[in-house]
Amino acid sequence: MPSTLTSVWSLTNRFLEWFGNLGLFAWQVLRAAVRRPFEGRELIRQLDEVGSRSLPLVALAGAAIGAVLALETRSSLVQFGAKSMLPAAIVFSIIHETGPVVTGLVVSGRVGAGIGAELGSMKVTEQIDAIEACGVNPYKFLAFTRIVACILMLPLLTLAADFCGVMVGWIANTLVEPISFQKFIHQGLAGTSFNDFLAPTLRTAVFGLIIGMIACFQGMRTQGGTAGVGLSATSSVVLSSLFVILADVILVKFILVFFS
Amino acid sequence: MMHLEQVVLLAAEESRAVAIEGSAAKTDAPALVLQDLHKSFRSQIVLNGIHLNVSSGETLAVLGRSGTGKSVLLKLIIGLQKPDSGSIHIHGQEITGLDLDALNEIRKKMGFLFQHAALYDSLTVEHNVAFPLKRHTKMTDSEQRDRVKELLAAVGMEGDLQKMPADLSGGMQKRVGLARALALEPAILLLDEPTAGLDPITSGEIDELILKLQEEHDMASIVVTHDLHSAKTIADRIALLHEGNVLIEGTFQELEKSDDQFVSEFLKRDS
Repeated sequence: MPSTLTSVWSLTNRFLEWFGNLGLFAWQVLRAAVRRPFEGRELIRQLDEVGSRSLPLVALAGAAIGAVLALETRSSLVQFGAKSMLPAAIVFSIIHETGPVVTGLVVSGRVGAGIGAELGSMKVTEQIDAIEACGVNPYKFLAFTRIVACILMLPLLTLAADFCGVMVGWIANTLVEPISFQKFIHQGLAGTSFNDFLAPTLRTAVFGLIIGMIACFQGMRTQGGTAGVGLSATSSVVLSSLFVILADVILVKFILVFFS
Repeated sequence: MMHLEQVVLLAAEESRAVAIEGSAAKTDAPALVLQDLHKSFRSQIVLNGIHLNVSSGETLAVLGRSGTGKSVLLKLIIGLQKPDSGSIHIHGQEITGLDLDALNEIRKKMGFLFQHAALYDSLTVEHNVAFPLKRHTKMTDSEQRDRVKELLAAVGMEGDLQKMPADLSGGMQKRVGLARALALEPAILLLDEPTAGLDPITSGEIDELILKLQEEHDMASIVVTHDLHSAKTIADRIALLHEGNVLIEGTFQELEKSDDQFVSEFLKRDS
Protein backbone atom coordinates (compact mmCIF):
# COMPACT_ATOMS: atom_id res chain seq x y z
CA MET A 1 0.00 0.00 0.00
CA PRO A 2 2.73 2.56 0.86
CA SER A 3 4.51 1.72 -2.39
CA THR A 4 1.30 2.39 -4.35
CA LEU A 5 0.91 5.71 -2.58
CA THR A 6 4.54 6.55 -3.29
CA SER A 7 4.18 5.79 -6.98
CA VAL A 8 0.94 7.81 -7.22
CA TRP A 9 2.66 10.69 -5.42
CA SER A 10 5.68 10.46 -7.71
CA LEU A 11 3.44 10.37 -10.81
CA THR A 12 1.47 13.39 -9.59
CA ASN A 13 4.71 15.22 -8.87
CA ARG A 14 6.06 14.49 -12.34
CA PHE A 15 2.77 15.58 -13.92
CA LEU A 16 2.75 18.86 -11.98
CA GLU A 17 6.43 19.44 -12.74
CA TRP A 18 5.75 18.89 -16.45
CA PHE A 19 2.88 21.37 -16.37
CA GLY A 20 4.97 23.90 -14.44
CA ASN A 21 7.80 23.62 -16.96
CA LEU A 22 5.33 23.92 -19.84
CA GLY A 23 3.98 27.10 -18.22
CA LEU A 24 7.49 28.53 -17.89
CA PHE A 25 8.21 27.62 -21.50
CA ALA A 26 4.99 29.33 -22.66
CA TRP A 27 5.99 32.44 -20.67
CA GLN A 28 9.45 32.50 -22.29
CA VAL A 29 7.87 32.20 -25.75
CA LEU A 30 5.36 34.95 -24.97
CA ARG A 31 8.09 37.26 -23.66
CA ALA A 32 10.22 36.62 -26.73
CA ALA A 33 7.24 37.19 -29.03
CA VAL A 34 6.80 40.85 -28.14
CA ARG A 35 10.43 41.78 -28.83
CA ARG A 36 12.04 42.64 -32.15
CA PRO A 37 12.98 41.20 -34.62
CA PHE A 38 9.79 39.40 -35.58
CA GLU A 39 11.43 36.62 -37.63
CA GLY A 40 9.19 37.12 -40.68
CA ARG A 41 11.27 34.94 -43.02
CA GLU A 42 11.37 32.03 -40.61
CA LEU A 43 7.62 32.37 -40.00
CA ILE A 44 6.93 32.16 -43.74
CA ARG A 45 9.16 29.07 -43.95
CA GLN A 46 7.22 27.47 -41.10
CA LEU A 47 3.85 28.41 -42.62
CA ASP A 48 4.96 26.52 -45.71
CA GLU A 49 6.26 23.61 -43.66
CA VAL A 50 3.12 23.28 -41.52
CA GLY A 51 0.55 24.33 -44.12
CA SER A 52 1.51 23.40 -47.67
CA ARG A 53 3.29 20.20 -46.73
CA SER A 54 0.44 18.95 -44.54
CA LEU A 55 -2.20 19.76 -47.16
CA PRO A 56 -2.05 16.51 -49.17
CA LEU A 57 -2.36 14.32 -46.06
CA VAL A 58 -5.11 16.45 -44.51
CA ALA A 59 -7.03 16.56 -47.81
CA LEU A 60 -6.72 12.79 -48.16
CA ALA A 61 -7.91 12.23 -44.59
CA GLY A 62 -10.86 14.58 -45.17
CA ALA A 63 -11.75 12.78 -48.41
CA ALA A 64 -11.58 9.38 -46.73
CA ILE A 65 -13.85 10.59 -43.92
CA GLY A 66 -16.33 11.94 -46.49
CA ALA A 67 -16.40 8.62 -48.36
CA VAL A 68 -16.76 6.53 -45.20
CA LEU A 69 -19.49 8.78 -43.79
CA ALA A 70 -21.45 8.64 -47.05
CA LEU A 71 -21.24 4.85 -47.27
CA GLU A 72 -21.78 4.06 -43.59
CA THR A 73 -24.50 6.61 -42.86
CA ARG A 74 -26.53 5.72 -45.96
CA SER A 75 -27.40 2.21 -44.80
CA SER A 76 -28.42 3.44 -41.32
CA LEU A 77 -30.57 6.26 -42.67
CA VAL A 78 -32.19 3.96 -45.24
CA GLN A 79 -33.17 1.61 -42.39
CA PHE A 80 -34.94 4.48 -40.59
CA GLY A 81 -36.46 5.87 -43.79
CA ALA A 82 -34.49 9.09 -43.49
CA LYS A 83 -32.46 8.83 -46.69
CA SER A 84 -33.15 12.47 -47.56
CA MET A 85 -31.21 13.49 -44.44
CA LEU A 86 -27.99 12.01 -45.84
CA PRO A 87 -26.47 15.27 -47.25
CA ALA A 88 -27.21 17.08 -43.96
CA ALA A 89 -25.72 14.21 -41.95
CA ILE A 90 -22.52 14.22 -44.01
CA VAL A 91 -22.04 18.01 -44.20
CA PHE A 92 -23.01 18.67 -40.57
CA SER A 93 -20.85 15.85 -39.25
CA ILE A 94 -17.80 16.88 -41.27
CA ILE A 95 -18.00 20.61 -40.60
CA HIS A 96 -18.97 20.33 -36.97
CA GLU A 97 -16.77 17.59 -35.62
CA THR A 98 -15.04 15.15 -37.93
CA GLY A 99 -13.19 17.70 -40.09
CA PRO A 100 -11.67 19.71 -37.20
CA VAL A 101 -10.77 16.66 -35.08
CA VAL A 102 -9.31 14.64 -37.93
CA THR A 103 -7.28 17.67 -39.06
CA GLY A 104 -6.06 18.20 -35.50
CA LEU A 105 -5.01 14.58 -35.12
CA VAL A 106 -3.39 14.35 -38.57
CA VAL A 107 -1.40 17.53 -37.95
CA SER A 108 -0.49 16.28 -34.45
CA GLY A 109 1.01 13.22 -36.10
CA ARG A 110 2.78 14.87 -39.01
CA VAL A 111 3.78 18.27 -37.65
CA GLY A 112 4.03 17.30 -33.97
CA ALA A 113 6.44 14.46 -34.71
CA GLY A 114 8.36 16.64 -37.18
CA ILE A 115 8.82 19.53 -34.76
CA GLY A 116 9.62 17.23 -31.81
CA ALA A 117 12.24 15.33 -33.79
CA GLU A 118 13.75 18.40 -35.49
CA LEU A 119 14.10 20.47 -32.33
CA GLY A 120 15.17 17.40 -30.35
CA SER A 121 17.91 16.70 -32.86
CA MET A 122 18.96 20.37 -32.80
CA LYS A 123 19.09 20.24 -29.01
CA VAL A 124 21.30 17.15 -28.73
CA THR A 125 23.67 18.37 -31.46
CA GLU A 126 24.02 21.76 -29.71
CA GLN A 127 22.45 23.64 -32.65
CA ILE A 128 20.04 25.39 -30.27
CA ASP A 129 23.01 26.42 -28.11
CA ALA A 130 24.72 27.67 -31.27
CA ILE A 131 21.70 29.82 -32.11
CA GLU A 132 21.74 31.26 -28.59
CA ALA A 133 25.51 31.79 -28.72
CA CYS A 134 24.96 33.87 -31.88
CA GLY A 135 22.82 36.24 -29.82
CA VAL A 136 19.52 34.97 -31.26
CA ASN A 137 16.63 34.03 -28.97
CA PRO A 138 15.73 30.39 -29.75
CA TYR A 139 12.33 30.74 -28.07
CA LYS A 140 11.40 33.23 -30.75
CA PHE A 141 13.36 31.90 -33.73
CA LEU A 142 12.44 28.25 -33.24
CA ALA A 143 9.38 28.03 -30.98
CA PHE A 144 7.33 31.18 -31.58
CA THR A 145 7.47 30.88 -35.38
CA ARG A 146 6.38 27.23 -35.30
CA ILE A 147 3.57 27.85 -32.79
CA VAL A 148 2.20 30.79 -34.80
CA ALA A 149 2.43 28.75 -38.01
CA CYS A 150 0.39 25.96 -36.37
CA ILE A 151 -2.22 28.43 -35.05
CA LEU A 152 -2.66 30.10 -38.45
CA MET A 153 -2.56 26.96 -40.56
CA LEU A 154 -4.88 24.64 -38.62
CA PRO A 155 -8.12 26.52 -39.52
CA LEU A 156 -7.06 26.72 -43.18
CA LEU A 157 -6.19 23.03 -43.26
CA THR A 158 -9.54 22.30 -41.61
CA LEU A 159 -11.29 24.17 -44.41
CA ALA A 160 -9.40 22.02 -46.92
CA ALA A 161 -10.35 18.82 -45.06
CA ASP A 162 -14.00 19.95 -44.85
CA PHE A 163 -14.08 20.75 -48.56
CA CYS A 164 -12.54 17.42 -49.59
CA GLY A 165 -14.81 15.51 -47.20
CA VAL A 166 -17.96 17.14 -48.53
CA MET A 167 -16.86 16.73 -52.17
CA VAL A 168 -15.99 13.06 -51.78
CA GLY A 169 -19.15 12.52 -49.68
CA TRP A 170 -21.16 13.91 -52.58
CA ILE A 171 -19.25 11.76 -55.12
CA ALA A 172 -19.77 8.60 -53.03
CA ASN A 173 -23.43 9.46 -52.63
CA THR A 174 -23.85 10.20 -56.33
CA LEU A 175 -22.30 6.89 -57.34
CA VAL A 176 -25.10 5.09 -55.45
CA GLU A 177 -27.89 7.53 -56.14
CA PRO A 178 -27.19 10.48 -58.45
CA ILE A 179 -27.82 13.93 -56.96
CA SER A 180 -26.61 17.32 -58.22
CA PHE A 181 -23.89 19.01 -56.19
CA GLN A 182 -26.06 22.12 -55.81
CA LYS A 183 -28.93 20.09 -54.35
CA PHE A 184 -26.54 18.12 -52.11
CA ILE A 185 -25.09 21.33 -50.65
CA HIS A 186 -28.51 22.96 -50.37
CA GLN A 187 -29.84 19.98 -48.40
CA GLY A 188 -26.61 19.66 -46.44
CA LEU A 189 -26.59 23.25 -45.24
CA ALA A 190 -30.32 23.45 -44.56
CA GLY A 191 -30.93 24.60 -40.99
CA THR A 192 -27.29 25.51 -40.30
CA SER A 193 -26.07 29.00 -39.45
CA PHE A 194 -22.70 30.71 -39.99
CA ASN A 195 -21.83 30.02 -36.34
CA ASP A 196 -22.19 26.29 -36.97
CA PHE A 197 -19.39 26.65 -39.47
CA LEU A 198 -17.22 29.36 -37.90
CA ALA A 199 -16.86 28.19 -34.29
CA PRO A 200 -15.76 24.59 -35.06
CA THR A 201 -13.26 25.82 -37.67
CA LEU A 202 -11.77 28.48 -35.42
CA ARG A 203 -11.44 26.08 -32.52
CA THR A 204 -8.73 24.34 -34.52
CA ALA A 205 -6.58 27.42 -33.89
CA VAL A 206 -6.54 26.22 -30.27
CA PHE A 207 -5.51 22.77 -31.54
CA GLY A 208 -2.70 24.52 -33.43
CA LEU A 209 -1.57 26.27 -30.26
CA ILE A 210 -1.57 22.95 -28.38
CA ILE A 211 0.30 21.06 -31.10
CA GLY A 212 2.90 23.80 -31.64
CA MET A 213 3.45 24.48 -27.95
CA ILE A 214 3.76 20.84 -26.84
CA ALA A 215 5.92 19.76 -29.79
CA CYS A 216 8.32 22.71 -29.34
CA PHE A 217 8.44 22.15 -25.57
CA GLN A 218 9.15 18.44 -25.89
CA GLY A 219 11.73 19.04 -28.61
CA MET A 220 13.62 21.79 -26.81
CA ARG A 221 13.88 19.84 -23.55
CA THR A 222 15.30 16.73 -25.23
CA GLN A 223 18.05 14.97 -23.34
CA GLY A 224 20.39 12.19 -24.36
CA GLY A 225 21.25 11.13 -27.87
CA THR A 226 19.20 9.59 -30.65
CA ALA A 227 17.02 7.75 -28.13
CA GLY A 228 16.10 11.11 -26.61
CA VAL A 229 15.18 12.47 -30.04
CA GLY A 230 12.94 9.46 -30.70
CA LEU A 231 11.32 9.90 -27.31
CA SER A 232 10.67 13.58 -27.99
CA ALA A 233 9.06 12.84 -31.35
CA THR A 234 6.84 10.14 -29.84
CA SER A 235 5.87 12.16 -26.78
CA SER A 236 5.11 15.19 -28.96
CA VAL A 237 2.61 13.15 -30.98
CA VAL A 238 1.08 11.32 -28.01
CA LEU A 239 0.73 14.39 -25.77
CA SER A 240 -0.46 16.78 -28.48
CA SER A 241 -3.04 14.22 -29.72
CA LEU A 242 -4.22 13.65 -26.17
CA PHE A 243 -4.56 17.35 -25.45
CA VAL A 244 -6.25 18.00 -28.81
CA ILE A 245 -8.92 15.43 -27.88
CA LEU A 246 -9.29 16.91 -24.38
CA ALA A 247 -9.49 20.44 -25.78
CA ASP A 248 -12.06 19.26 -28.29
CA VAL A 249 -14.33 18.00 -25.49
CA ILE A 250 -13.96 21.25 -23.55
CA LEU A 251 -14.37 23.48 -26.60
CA VAL A 252 -17.45 21.60 -27.83
CA LYS A 253 -19.08 22.30 -24.48
CA PHE A 254 -17.90 25.93 -24.67
CA ILE A 255 -19.26 26.34 -28.21
CA LEU A 256 -22.58 24.75 -27.24
CA VAL A 257 -22.92 27.23 -24.36
CA PHE A 258 -21.84 30.39 -26.15
CA PHE A 259 -22.64 29.87 -29.85
CA SER A 260 -25.87 27.84 -29.84
CA MET B 1 64.62 60.12 -1.09
CA MET B 2 62.73 58.69 -3.96
CA HIS B 3 60.13 60.93 -5.59
CA LEU B 4 56.51 59.82 -5.67
CA GLU B 5 56.52 59.79 -9.50
CA GLN B 6 59.48 57.39 -9.51
CA VAL B 7 57.69 55.12 -7.03
CA VAL B 8 54.56 55.04 -9.20
CA LEU B 9 56.64 54.34 -12.31
CA LEU B 10 58.52 51.54 -10.58
CA ALA B 11 55.30 50.04 -9.27
CA ALA B 12 53.75 50.19 -12.74
CA GLU B 13 56.81 48.54 -14.26
CA GLU B 14 56.79 45.87 -11.59
CA SER B 15 53.12 45.07 -12.09
CA ARG B 16 53.68 44.91 -15.85
CA ALA B 17 56.60 42.56 -15.33
CA VAL B 18 54.43 40.33 -13.13
CA ALA B 19 51.69 40.29 -15.73
CA ILE B 20 54.06 39.26 -18.49
CA GLU B 21 56.11 36.89 -16.36
CA GLY B 22 55.20 33.31 -17.02
CA SER B 23 53.15 34.21 -20.02
CA ALA B 24 53.39 35.68 -23.47
CA ALA B 25 50.58 38.15 -22.91
CA LYS B 26 50.56 40.63 -25.72
CA THR B 27 48.57 43.39 -23.99
CA ASP B 28 47.76 44.23 -20.39
CA ALA B 29 44.07 44.96 -20.67
CA PRO B 30 42.16 41.78 -19.81
CA ALA B 31 39.39 41.10 -22.29
CA LEU B 32 38.00 38.41 -20.05
CA VAL B 33 38.22 38.04 -16.29
CA LEU B 34 36.74 35.11 -14.37
CA GLN B 35 36.62 35.49 -10.60
CA ASP B 36 35.79 32.81 -8.06
CA LEU B 37 33.51 30.94 -10.44
CA HIS B 38 31.46 28.11 -8.95
CA LYS B 39 29.19 25.70 -10.78
CA SER B 40 27.52 22.50 -9.59
CA PHE B 41 25.05 20.10 -11.15
CA ARG B 42 22.94 18.73 -8.28
CA SER B 43 25.48 17.41 -5.80
CA GLN B 44 28.35 17.28 -8.29
CA ILE B 45 30.72 20.22 -7.97
CA VAL B 46 32.17 20.97 -11.40
CA LEU B 47 33.88 24.32 -10.93
CA ASN B 48 35.01 25.29 -7.46
CA GLY B 49 36.29 28.86 -7.46
CA ILE B 50 37.96 29.36 -10.83
CA HIS B 51 40.08 32.49 -11.37
CA LEU B 52 41.32 33.19 -14.89
CA ASN B 53 41.97 36.14 -17.14
CA VAL B 54 42.77 36.49 -20.81
CA SER B 55 44.04 39.61 -22.53
CA SER B 56 43.32 40.76 -26.07
CA GLY B 57 45.60 39.03 -28.54
CA GLU B 58 46.32 36.22 -26.10
CA THR B 59 45.38 32.55 -26.38
CA LEU B 60 44.75 30.52 -23.25
CA ALA B 61 44.44 26.74 -23.55
CA VAL B 62 42.37 25.03 -20.88
CA LEU B 63 43.38 21.43 -20.28
CA GLY B 64 42.10 18.82 -17.87
CA ARG B 65 40.64 15.38 -17.55
CA SER B 66 37.25 14.57 -19.06
CA GLY B 67 34.42 15.87 -16.90
CA THR B 68 36.45 18.56 -15.17
CA GLY B 69 34.15 21.29 -16.47
CA LYS B 70 36.19 22.68 -19.37
CA SER B 71 33.22 22.91 -21.74
CA VAL B 72 31.02 24.14 -18.88
CA LEU B 73 33.52 26.96 -18.39
CA LEU B 74 33.05 28.09 -22.01
CA LYS B 75 29.26 27.85 -21.70
CA LEU B 76 29.37 30.03 -18.59
CA ILE B 77 31.43 32.63 -20.43
CA ILE B 78 28.98 32.85 -23.33
CA GLY B 79 25.98 32.76 -20.99
CA LEU B 80 24.52 29.42 -22.06
CA GLN B 81 24.69 28.40 -18.42
CA LYS B 82 24.64 30.52 -15.29
CA PRO B 83 27.30 30.19 -12.58
CA ASP B 84 26.17 29.42 -9.01
CA SER B 85 28.42 32.24 -7.82
CA GLY B 86 31.37 34.31 -8.96
CA SER B 87 31.72 36.88 -11.69
CA ILE B 88 32.56 37.05 -15.39
CA HIS B 89 33.78 40.35 -16.80
CA ILE B 90 33.91 40.88 -20.56
CA HIS B 91 35.90 44.03 -21.36
CA GLY B 92 35.16 45.24 -17.85
CA GLN B 93 31.43 44.52 -17.93
CA GLU B 94 29.99 41.98 -15.50
CA ILE B 95 27.70 39.64 -17.45
CA THR B 96 26.37 37.13 -14.93
CA GLY B 97 23.34 39.21 -13.94
CA LEU B 98 22.49 40.62 -17.37
CA ASP B 99 19.04 40.21 -18.91
CA LEU B 100 18.75 38.39 -22.23
CA ASP B 101 18.83 41.47 -24.46
CA ALA B 102 21.97 42.84 -22.80
CA LEU B 103 23.57 39.39 -22.84
CA ASN B 104 22.84 39.04 -26.56
CA GLU B 105 24.66 42.32 -27.16
CA ILE B 106 27.71 40.89 -25.35
CA ARG B 107 27.42 37.62 -27.28
CA LYS B 108 27.88 39.54 -30.53
CA LYS B 109 31.43 40.28 -29.34
CA MET B 110 32.14 36.56 -28.93
CA GLY B 111 32.60 33.72 -31.38
CA PHE B 112 32.03 30.14 -30.27
CA LEU B 113 33.23 27.00 -32.05
CA PHE B 114 31.33 24.02 -30.64
CA GLN B 115 32.94 20.64 -30.12
CA HIS B 116 30.99 19.07 -32.99
CA ALA B 117 30.74 22.37 -34.91
CA ALA B 118 26.92 22.48 -34.34
CA LEU B 119 26.22 23.65 -37.89
CA TYR B 120 22.52 24.16 -38.65
CA ASP B 121 21.82 21.01 -40.62
CA SER B 122 18.87 22.46 -42.55
CA LEU B 123 21.02 25.28 -43.96
CA THR B 124 23.78 25.26 -46.57
CA VAL B 125 27.36 26.17 -45.66
CA GLU B 126 26.75 29.66 -47.07
CA HIS B 127 23.62 30.22 -44.98
CA ASN B 128 25.28 28.81 -41.85
CA VAL B 129 28.05 31.39 -42.07
CA ALA B 130 25.61 34.14 -43.08
CA PHE B 131 23.32 33.39 -40.09
CA PRO B 132 24.92 35.87 -37.63
CA LEU B 133 25.32 38.45 -40.41
CA LYS B 134 21.62 38.29 -41.28
CA ARG B 135 20.68 38.75 -37.64
CA HIS B 136 23.06 41.40 -36.47
CA THR B 137 24.24 43.48 -39.41
CA LYS B 138 22.56 45.74 -41.93
CA MET B 139 24.55 44.24 -44.81
CA THR B 140 22.77 43.82 -48.13
CA ASP B 141 22.46 40.30 -49.55
CA SER B 142 25.40 40.84 -51.89
CA GLU B 143 27.56 42.27 -49.09
CA GLN B 144 26.69 39.25 -46.96
CA ARG B 145 27.59 36.93 -49.80
CA ASP B 146 30.96 38.66 -50.25
CA ARG B 147 31.67 38.49 -46.50
CA VAL B 148 30.72 34.78 -46.40
CA LYS B 149 33.05 34.07 -49.34
CA GLU B 150 35.83 35.98 -47.62
CA LEU B 151 35.34 34.05 -44.36
CA LEU B 152 35.16 30.70 -46.12
CA ALA B 153 38.27 31.55 -48.14
CA ALA B 154 40.06 32.28 -44.86
CA VAL B 155 39.30 28.76 -43.66
CA GLY B 156 39.94 27.14 -47.03
CA MET B 157 36.30 26.29 -47.78
CA GLU B 158 35.47 28.78 -50.52
CA GLY B 159 34.43 26.06 -52.97
CA ASP B 160 31.78 24.53 -50.73
CA LEU B 161 29.20 27.29 -50.38
CA GLN B 162 26.20 25.25 -51.48
CA LYS B 163 27.05 22.03 -49.63
CA MET B 164 24.93 20.84 -46.72
CA PRO B 165 26.66 20.12 -43.37
CA ALA B 166 25.88 16.41 -43.74
CA ASP B 167 28.05 16.34 -46.89
CA LEU B 168 31.11 17.62 -45.03
CA SER B 169 33.80 15.73 -43.13
CA GLY B 170 34.45 16.47 -39.44
CA GLY B 171 37.41 18.72 -40.25
CA MET B 172 35.44 20.63 -42.89
CA GLN B 173 32.57 21.13 -40.43
CA LYS B 174 35.03 22.57 -37.89
CA ARG B 175 36.35 24.98 -40.53
CA VAL B 176 32.84 26.16 -41.40
CA GLY B 177 32.04 26.45 -37.68
CA LEU B 178 35.17 28.58 -37.29
CA ALA B 179 34.12 30.79 -40.21
CA ARG B 180 30.69 31.25 -38.57
CA ALA B 181 32.31 32.06 -35.22
CA LEU B 182 34.41 34.75 -36.92
CA ALA B 183 31.54 36.26 -38.92
CA LEU B 184 30.93 39.22 -36.60
CA GLU B 185 34.66 39.83 -36.05
CA PRO B 186 34.53 38.85 -32.38
CA ALA B 187 36.85 40.29 -29.75
CA ILE B 188 36.77 36.97 -27.88
CA LEU B 189 36.95 33.55 -29.48
CA LEU B 190 35.94 30.41 -27.58
CA LEU B 191 36.99 27.10 -29.08
CA ASP B 192 35.67 23.84 -27.64
CA GLU B 193 37.89 20.93 -28.65
CA PRO B 194 38.76 22.29 -32.11
CA THR B 195 40.83 19.24 -33.02
CA ALA B 196 38.86 16.48 -31.27
CA GLY B 197 38.11 13.50 -33.45
CA LEU B 198 40.34 14.68 -36.28
CA ASP B 199 43.35 12.92 -37.76
CA PRO B 200 46.78 14.40 -36.94
CA ILE B 201 47.16 16.08 -40.34
CA THR B 202 43.73 17.75 -40.20
CA SER B 203 44.38 18.70 -36.55
CA GLY B 204 47.62 20.36 -37.65
CA GLU B 205 45.76 22.23 -40.39
CA ILE B 206 43.16 23.47 -37.89
CA ASP B 207 45.95 24.57 -35.52
CA GLU B 208 47.67 26.47 -38.34
CA LEU B 209 44.35 28.05 -39.25
CA ILE B 210 43.75 29.20 -35.67
CA LEU B 211 47.28 30.63 -35.49
CA LYS B 212 46.78 32.43 -38.80
CA LEU B 213 43.46 33.88 -37.66
CA GLN B 214 45.03 34.93 -34.36
CA GLU B 215 47.70 36.83 -36.24
CA GLU B 216 45.16 38.51 -38.49
CA HIS B 217 42.65 39.43 -35.75
CA ASP B 218 43.62 40.67 -32.31
CA MET B 219 41.29 38.36 -30.38
CA ALA B 220 41.40 36.97 -26.87
CA SER B 221 40.94 33.22 -27.26
CA ILE B 222 40.20 30.37 -24.92
CA VAL B 223 40.78 26.91 -26.34
CA VAL B 224 39.45 23.92 -24.46
CA THR B 225 41.33 20.86 -25.58
CA HIS B 226 42.65 17.43 -24.72
CA ASP B 227 45.24 17.73 -27.44
CA LEU B 228 48.45 18.77 -25.69
CA HIS B 229 50.33 19.15 -28.96
CA SER B 230 47.65 21.51 -30.22
CA ALA B 231 47.71 23.47 -26.95
CA LYS B 232 51.49 23.77 -27.19
CA THR B 233 51.23 25.05 -30.76
CA ILE B 234 48.47 27.62 -30.45
CA ALA B 235 48.41 28.78 -26.83
CA ASP B 236 50.38 31.54 -25.14
CA ARG B 237 49.40 30.18 -21.72
CA ILE B 238 47.96 26.93 -20.45
CA ALA B 239 45.64 26.42 -17.48
CA LEU B 240 45.26 22.89 -16.15
CA LEU B 241 41.95 22.19 -14.41
CA HIS B 242 41.80 19.60 -11.66
CA GLU B 243 39.01 18.93 -9.16
CA GLY B 244 37.13 22.08 -10.08
CA ASN B 245 40.08 24.41 -9.80
CA VAL B 246 43.01 25.74 -11.79
CA LEU B 247 45.83 23.50 -10.58
CA ILE B 248 48.53 25.32 -12.52
CA GLU B 249 48.69 28.13 -15.02
CA GLY B 250 51.58 29.26 -17.16
CA THR B 251 53.50 28.60 -20.34
CA PHE B 252 54.03 25.05 -21.53
CA GLN B 253 57.65 25.22 -20.37
CA GLU B 254 56.52 26.24 -16.89
CA LEU B 255 54.09 23.33 -16.75
CA GLU B 256 56.88 20.99 -17.78
CA LYS B 257 59.02 22.23 -14.90
CA SER B 258 56.27 21.62 -12.33
CA ASP B 259 56.94 19.09 -9.56
CA ASP B 260 53.22 18.36 -9.10
CA GLN B 261 52.54 14.67 -9.64
CA PHE B 262 49.23 15.24 -11.47
CA VAL B 263 50.79 17.77 -13.83
CA SER B 264 53.71 15.45 -14.67
CA GLU B 265 51.34 12.53 -15.11
CA PHE B 266 49.04 14.58 -17.35
CA LEU B 267 51.86 15.84 -19.57
CA LYS B 268 53.47 12.39 -19.72
CA ARG B 269 50.20 10.65 -20.69
CA ASP B 270 49.30 13.22 -23.28
CA SER B 271 52.67 13.62 -24.91
